[in-house]
Amino acid sequence: MSKHTISFTLNGDSVTQEVDSRLLLVHLLRDDLQKTGTHIGCDTSNCGACTVLLDSRSVKSCTVFAAQANGKAVETIEGMEQDALHPLQEGFHEEHGLQCGFCTPGMIMRAKELLKKNPNPTEEEIRWGISGNLCRCTGYVNIIKAIQYAANKLNEQQKEAA
Amino acid sequence: MIQCKTSKEIGGMGHSLKRKEDARFIRGQGKYTDDVNLPGMLYMAIVRSPYAYAKIKSINSEAALELPGVLAVITGKDLEQYNLHWMPTLMSDTQMVLPTDTVMYQSQEVAAVIATDRYTAADGVEAVTVEYEQMKPVIDPHKALDEDAPLLRPDKEGKTDNHIWHWEAGNRKSTAEIFENADVVVSQKMYLPRIHVCSIETCGCVASFDKAEGKLTVWMTTQAPHAVRTVLALVAGHVGLSEEKIRIISPDIGGGFGGKVPVYPGYVIAIAASVLIGKPVKWIEDRSENLQADSFARDYHMDVEMAATKEGKMQGLRIKTLADYGYTDAAANPSKYPAGLFSICTGSYNFQDAFTEMDAVYTNKPPGGVAYRCSFRVTEAVHAVERITDVLAQELKMDPVELRMKNFIQPEQFPYNSPLGWEYDSGNYPAALELALERIGYDDLRKEQVEKRARGELMGIGVCSFTEIVGAGPSKDFDILGIKMFDSCEIRIHPTGKAIARFGTKSQGQGHETTYAQIIAEQLGIPALHIQVEEGDTDTAPYGLGTYASRSTPTAGAAAAKASYKILDKARKIAAHLLEVDEEDLEWEPGKFWVKGSPEKSKTIQDIAFAAYTNHPQGMEAGLEATHYYDPPNLTFPFGSYICVVDIDKGTGQVKVRRFMAIDDCGNIINPMIVEGQIHGGLAQGIAPALYEEMIYDDDGNILNGTFMDYLVPTAVEIPHLETGHTITPSPHHPLGAKGVAESPTVGAPPAIANAVVDALSHLGVKHVDIPITPFKVWQILQEKGLAT
Repeated sequence: MSKHTISFTLNGDSVTQEVDSRLLLVHLLRDDLQKTGTHIGCDTSNCGACTVLLDSRSVKSCTVFAAQANGKAVETIEGMEQDALHPLQEGFHEEHGLQCGFCTPGMIMRAKELLKKNPNPTEEEIRWGISGNLCRCTGYVNIIKAIQYAANKLNEQQKEAA
Repeated sequence: MIQCKTSKEIGGMGHSLKRKEDARFIRGQGKYTDDVNLPGMLYMAIVRSPYAYAKIKSINSEAALELPGVLAVITGKDLEQYNLHWMPTLMSDTQMVLPTDTVMYQSQEVAAVIATDRYTAADGVEAVTVEYEQMKPVIDPHKALDEDAPLLRPDKEGKTDNHIWHWEAGNRKSTAEIFENADVVVSQKMYLPRIHVCSIETCGCVASFDKAEGKLTVWMTTQAPHAVRTVLALVAGHVGLSEEKIRIISPDIGGGFGGKVPVYPGYVIAIAASVLIGKPVKWIEDRSENLQADSFARDYHMDVEMAATKEGKMQGLRIKTLADYGYTDAAANPSKYPAGLFSICTGSYNFQDAFTEMDAVYTNKPPGGVAYRCSFRVTEAVHAVERITDVLAQELKMDPVELRMKNFIQPEQFPYNSPLGWEYDSGNYPAALELALERIGYDDLRKEQVEKRARGELMGIGVCSFTEIVGAGPSKDFDILGIKMFDSCEIRIHPTGKAIARFGTKSQGQGHETTYAQIIAEQLGIPALHIQVEEGDTDTAPYGLGTYASRSTPTAGAAAAKASYKILDKARKIAAHLLEVDEEDLEWEPGKFWVKGSPEKSKTIQDIAFAAYTNHPQGMEAGLEATHYYDPPNLTFPFGSYICVVDIDKGTGQVKVRRFMAIDDCGNIINPMIVEGQIHGGLAQGIAPALYEEMIYDDDGNILNGTFMDYLVPTAVEIPHLETGHTITPSPHHPLGAKGVAESPTVGAPPAIANAVVDALSHLGVKHVDIPITPFKVWQILQEKGLAT
């Protein structure tokens, strides 16, 4: 098994790690770096529970080799709260957008990219935007509200900053 | 309107308190089973059968054991040495942990590889070579009792066929008489296909055996940790596992829906491996294993008949069911109810009599029979009665709403004794349906339908007025493997007036940490935010049967109220002591006792808590705590009326749910936000089997959609916007007047959708469509009727 020494940033911190060629990013995060907020819900890249950001793009970390993170910036749920909760985290809490919580980190990471690309999504655009992430508890109604809550708050924050 | 008795700060019942448990989940700090990592932990992966029915000729582990990092390969023969190769199911059938000679379904566990990491364990699985001799399996349950069908369970002494059990309820003879004399009899075959709960977290465990202490700790994805502990002690006592040395921890659970009630072979093998090797062993199944091997739900083939007068008075109901259980009855029903609570099938209607019978058979499919978010086979029962009611309406050319209104059990008939032996606690069925009609604008929708039909467009309106039965259950009738189905709460009030409460149930997303705190806040006036709720650790929580079948509020919720009453009894004594008055002279309002006529003389619950440790009356035990084991006098019977509107695309056959209106009545509501969330989720899990989900097997027993690539769990695109509302009819016997709720929508949604689709096609002569109503099924009907565009 060939090994690779990779360097990347994880939620802003530098990480250097030796990894097997076949090691998946999700296992590097969960097993080696103890970032267990990223979950695994399937083995066919359908459920999206393992969604993280790789250079700001949402990816399913079960479908990315750890070696592919070399030189890149990885963001996970653990990096979302800075001085305060991220508006998405706040939105999921305020709008009851989670129940068992297992899909939540993936949903939040996916929604982060969605709102970056489309700061004012319609309900329909949110539905399609999160269609790569499965939730079995909420019927998605309140997840959509949570993302709308975050969109509004982020827009307000932007206005204030301007 | 929901009336709150407590202030927002106290946050008792009726407040939409934001969930306490969210704090860790939104930060990625939930602790699920796969997040448990212990020093020296090993990983287990499972070799599974490619065949549905085959003899095992040999298992060769040599190549696997040569791989660096593979420590052991465990087979059925290894477990046989300890008599651990078979285990009992919750239904007193037996199930292989690992086979010694025969595999009974595709993806059955054949051997387990233990290795130093998960990748090496998976390599080990690939390296194990198993030689099989294939046999012709029994896949169609209708053929399971044929004379030439192979005997699938020769291990069961005296068994000469594949029949598991026969069950019946009601009066065969008097029901037959009703049918003989009826003006109208309608009948319909219905199949509720095999489906899978698909919680987003799969199943797994970390088993850790401490040789020095002789203590086994297992973190596992279980909805019923105490029951698991006792069962483990009973079946593994002979190898030295004693109940006080077994600790089951059910950490955060990523969805359950009934799929995490059974004890799967993987858990047992991991435990055996940890005991044998003396190191912690982690087993987490992948999604394909979860879908292909873990307990299924439904799989009922039903013949449903209804007798009525020509004016539309529903008189008799008769249902005959063939149930496919796979190779063993591994359902999770109360012991005395092999068919669960299917006898709720008379539903919301005032039938004269009813009779239902069921035969269960073995086939070469995975075992199970779990609930998929319903209270023991209630979904099947409700589908039967709600669908056949529409078949009758169609036959009589009556509006389905009019027919339902004419036949509802009336509010003054409660408590109502059903022909199949249940005492419904409370209900107001016409009120729920009327609200649903008003909220969705039923009359206008019917007008729109007429106009659309004239234009050749396909639009349907579906109604379902269901009655659920949840909260198992009274100990005289309800047990699992002999353990009575009570549940429990232990409350400790700390000196500073804050509290911890522990329960025998286990949340899998229902929000117990919030709602249980609200129940106690309601009774004691301690702010819900100051009440810590814990569940899931058998070393600390009081004994209980766990969370499934919407039983947490009806049982443990009631226990929380009753334990609070005990606390108040003692608090009153302490208050009397502090205020130097007789107990009888005290009045209580949530949060404080005050002296009658002198409201300024009062002691808060916090004052009293402090005194319980610092200034309690001489002769009284110190402390302020109580435990209650609640044995419900009856089940609770939530109900509701759902109406949905569908449009059908004539080109593709696709059904689009345009609107879905759900009016639920679960009695008094603890947290409206959480109840609404539960209804949203339940509706999604009702829409899913109605339109998308089915586990499909070919004639050789190969599962054709055993991964998330092809088993259609709906995304946000498939689930429509959901509209909810409620009526409130309290349960007369529950201390809080509450009923369970989370499963009502899973039960009520499928017939509402099926009725809507049939309604859209009824003018073409269509009387029934089996779920899931896929575009292909509808397109075939449209082709046949010459309507496909």
